[in-house]
Amino acid sequence: MSEIPVDLRFAESHEWARLDHDGGVKVGISDHAQEALGDVVFVELPEIGKVFAAGEAAGVVESVKAASDIYSPVSGTVIAVNEELANSPELVNSAPYDSWFFKLEPSDTSELDKLLDPMAYKAAIGE
Amino acid sequence: MGQRTPLYDLHLALGAKMVDFGGWDMPLHYGSQVEEHHQVRRDCGVFDVSHMTVIDVDGPQAKAWLQYLLANDVERLHSPGRALYSAMLNEHGGIVDDMIVYRLDDGYRLVVNASTRNQDLAWMQAHLGDFDVQLNERSELAMLAIQGPHARHKIAELVTQSRATLIQQLKPFEGQADGDWFIARTGYTGEDGLEIVLPADQAPGFFNDLVGAGISPIGLGARDTLRVEAGMNLYGQDIHQDVSPLASNMAWSIAWEPATRQFLGRTALEAEQAAGVQHKLVGLVLEERGVLRAHQVVRIADVGEGEITSGSFSPTLSKSIALARVPAATADRAEVEIRGKWYPVRVVKPTFVRHGKTLI
Repeated sequence: MSEIPVDLRFAESHEWARLDHDGGVKVGISDHAQEALGDVVFVELPEIGKVFAAGEAAGVVESVKAASDIYSPVSGTVIAVNEELANSPELVNSAPYDSWFFKLEPSDTSELDKLLDPMAYKAAIGE
Repeated sequence: MGQRTPLYDLHLALGAKMVDFGGWDMPLHYGSQVEEHHQVRRDCGVFDVSHMTVIDVDGPQAKAWLQYLLANDVERLHSPGRALYSAMLNEHGGIVDDMIVYRLDDGYRLVVNASTRNQDLAWMQAHLGDFDVQLNERSELAMLAIQGPHARHKIAELVTQSRATLIQQLKPFEGQADGDWFIARTGYTGEDGLEIVLPADQAPGFFNDLVGAGISPIGLGARDTLRVEAGMNLYGQDIHQDVSPLASNMAWSIAWEPATRQFLGRTALEAEQAAGVQHKLVGLVLEERGVLRAHQVVRIADVGEGEITSGSFSPTLSKSIALARVPAATADRAEVEIRGKWYPVRVVKPTFVRHGKTLI
């Protein structure tokens, strides 16, 4: 299992969140999640301007096996989406912690503190 | 814990992700399902298919009984070594199972699905009647499928001279014994290749030899995407007890002649055909991004609705494809509902890829 970057926070539903220097929050899925999904072949990204509550379905990732919802780990407004993933969805498998799906303007950054830190997430997935 | 094939420990050693398949612990993939798929289309790979059920049919009336039991006619197997594909039907013309039948020097060998083993054996026993026939399930045997354009060439270098010669000589849909191995030029991928039935205790050694020679192990995940691209039905998904071969792109496997051969399900098939077959199994191609999945609804303007029976991303075509059962009047366009949105799809013959070449 690859090292989890220390600046990430995790939802129990296996999304990661990273607070950028500009105050935005990027969201992706964990190495554990991509491994469980298998080869990713399609991602459905949210529209810019959409507003999500924490825990709300914000996108879809499809592997050869199955489709899975991606839940927004914190509340906020979508300010950017990673179009690179639309063209190269396999990046989710090869570089899960660089492959962000969308970026939020968070409505309350303290929600990040409610997420799991890397140690707690590792424990949650039994590692 | 599920049933295990003789190769279970090897799968774990090779890093397989194991899944339950019809009560068996089988490898889903050994890392990347898509890479394994490409490996078979471009070179070759080896599948453990020891979970499949091998039944030998012997006795003076083996031929007569199979002519009664199966929709295809074993009379077509003019000499030992020939094989054919057939459905086994119930009285309503529904498919109890599909199988490959090999004619042996003495009797026949049936290879049926793993998930249907119990119902098949029960069905066969119930329809033995007064036929002088013996059924012998060969659960002591293992089975490997080595598939891909280079499969026969690569295996020939790893086996005895007599087996290598047999492998060179076999034509498609032929199979013959050599010692305690049975070697057939059949498969479930749309590529050239072999299926080899051999004693269970020899299987790990041979599998190791193949992997050692650079032939990649391939999991059930790629087996599924390969067979969907080849337009081959999967029992329990595309075909089942309530659909007939006429509605399953399998009409070619029904032997209507001679008209006097009263096989199980014949009367129902004739009635279905006389009334007009209501459905057909077609291929779908999604031109937009997304993935077609089993059970999604298919809508055909002015005709009606159908359903996807198998859907997947096609690694060879880099787009999503599906098999779907739709009204017989369906032409070349339809729509599929994915997560509440309707996407246009092309309706095609359900053979997307054969021998590495795209057919759509």
